[in-house]
Amino acid sequence: MERAIRVLVAKPGLDGHDRGAKVIARALRDAGMEVIYTGLRQTPEQIVQAAIQEDVDVVAMSILSGAHNHLFPKVANLLREEGVDDVLIIGGGVIPDDDIPGLIEAGIEAIFTPGTSTKDVVEYIRNNVKR
Amino acid sequence: MFDDKKIENIEEAKEKWTDGKVKKVIERFPERKEKFTTGSNIEVDRLYTPADIKDFDYEGKLGFPGEYPFTRGVQPTMYRGRLWTMRQYAGFATAEESNKRYKYLLEQGQTGLSVAFDLPTQIGYDSDHGLSEGEVGKVGVAIDSLKDMEILFDGIPLDKVSTSMTINAPAIVLLAMYIAVAEKQGVSKDKLRGTIQNDILKEYIARGTYIFPPESSMRLITDIFEYCSKEVPKWNTISISGYHIREAGSTAVQEVAFTLANGIAYVEAAIKAGLDVDDFAPRLSFFFNAHNDLLEEVAKYRAARRLWARIMKERFKAKNEKSMMLKFHTQTAGSTLTAQQPDNNIIRVTIQTLAAVLGGTQSLHTNSRDEALALPTEESVRIALRTQQIVAYESGVTETIDPLAGSYYIESLTDKIEEEAMNYIKRIDELGGAPRAIEKGYIQKEIQNAAYKYQMEVESGERIVVGVNKFQIEEEHHKDILKVDPEVERLQRQKLKALRQERDNQLVETKLNELKEAASTDKNLMPYILDAVKTYATLGEICGVLREVFGEYEQSIIL
Repeated sequence: MERAIRVLVAKPGLDGHDRGAKVIARALRDAGMEVIYTGLRQTPEQIVQAAIQEDVDVVAMSILSGAHNHLFPKVANLLREEGVDDVLIIGGGVIPDDDIPGLIEAGIEAIFTPGTSTKDVVEYIRNNVKR
Repeated sequence: MFDDKKIENIEEAKEKWTDGKVKKVIERFPERKEKFTTGSNIEVDRLYTPADIKDFDYEGKLGFPGEYPFTRGVQPTMYRGRLWTMRQYAGFATAEESNKRYKYLLEQGQTGLSVAFDLPTQIGYDSDHGLSEGEVGKVGVAIDSLKDMEILFDGIPLDKVSTSMTINAPAIVLLAMYIAVAEKQGVSKDKLRGTIQNDILKEYIARGTYIFPPESSMRLITDIFEYCSKEVPKWNTISISGYHIREAGSTAVQEVAFTLANGIAYVEAAIKAGLDVDDFAPRLSFFFNAHNDLLEEVAKYRAARRLWARIMKERFKAKNEKSMMLKFHTQTAGSTLTAQQPDNNIIRVTIQTLAAVLGGTQSLHTNSRDEALALPTEESVRIALRTQQIVAYESGVTETIDPLAGSYYIESLTDKIEEEAMNYIKRIDELGGAPRAIEKGYIQKEIQNAAYKYQMEVESGERIVVGVNKFQIEEEHHKDILKVDPEVERLQRQKLKALRQERDNQLVETKLNELKEAASTDKNLMPYILDAVKTYATLGEICGVLREVFGEYEQSIIL
């Protein structure tokens, strides 16, 4: 039997808005994925550690506080430094269009903004997971 | 209210109408849906008549504005006397930038200030703390010490404006800073008007800016109640908030129920700390959301007022009528704003404004059209403020009090929301009260279920969101949005470094030690914190001392 896709849903930084993260976590679980949710206020280091420990295929981060330009790339860099290059990194939240190219360049492979259907996220993960 | 014979006639006539005219039409043109519901999934009938409110007791259920049970409003003349306070929540970047925005808003006719703090400030970290990286000045203004607070209110006479501060876990520190700024302006504490949010329970439930464990947090809150009842009598010491509960995805009923259940917990804590209910309850205030389902929202505010009045009178035996009045601030619903076709949000906000005003709000923040994209631009904020002004001066809904009262639908919906909210409150009582229900994850789980259901309804198309799952268009890049300069973080850290060099560090240390000592007794901490902020001890240092004594809250993860 094929192994279920394992996803770490993470809330980096001090932002407390977790409605989106929790809805996504549940939708991914309903779609048959194994989901680990970090809870609030995670440092990039904690997220990377959890990703490695839990041996996840996907790291899905959510930020609505505007700190995405700082925190998303930091997580991507730390993962790279740890030699992890087969984890799909995605992000979501209130993220201005202008910031998206920079984030993609930093290694966040997809950014989902308000109004995204959870089905689109499920489909994206299934099509782009690397292992 | 109606005589039985007439009700019988109406019921018969309605049956005849349903089986006759309606049935005939439906055979040819079916209704749009099998079942109609409110935005919060309360079932809605085709038509309401006097039969739906046949046992209606006007005096018991509604009464008169300014009189128990306050269903029709808390003031005798409502907006005929004075319009609601138009209060736009604002703050970003540095104290200097925010001070400019406040002065602009006051010039534009805004009548009260509402301070948004950045996340490090809300969680009690200084701008140079590791966890503050990337967050300084982003969702609000960065305040590290009294120095920043002096700049924030520079040139704004604190005896003339009322100021609302969205601050919770470290509310006691920010209030102390505000009092200290006022003193420097020559304004005494008893003249200060405003509100601190100071509602920690909903932080554990929905908003996430907690610091300390519940017991210590409740102690800080009751210290504030006690201090202000004597020293800052015009200050609203708490704003018990349903807003964030609703934003997290709750229904209207849950918003009322969980907010009032939290309210009950604060009243119980204060009574347990030895305060008399009528000494602090008149300064309790509330904060609700305004969603798109106009009529449901109006019924919600009316139900909340009636329910709170009854709780205060019957459960807590309050004697002062002011203790029974549910006064509230409203903010339009951020979660209803769409990133798609953002100008449509102006219309949503207009509907929500009408809901708040028809529901008798005391103050209102209207969201800006671009807030699903970023912090609002000055132009967007102006449109949002103008929306309130148009409703206030042009719509006519302000000219009589509680104009929707007596509508068969509104009254039956008000009853329904009150009843369902009461059922939730009973359930929470059975669990041991709001703090216990939060600890068990009951409240969080109820909200999450509602949020997930909502999302699934949108995705199945059962619920239409214009521009999102229907009437979409190809859209251009959204360009004209506000950005906070990353330079702000560096500047703020620089200012903080200078402050740490300039101030009398020995005095700071003495005052911090005195605070630490007091924190492990049951003394009221307000005077100690006031002393500390005056020495320019930073917010992070003060919260650091309290963290040492109280420890930190660990969130339980509920999925």
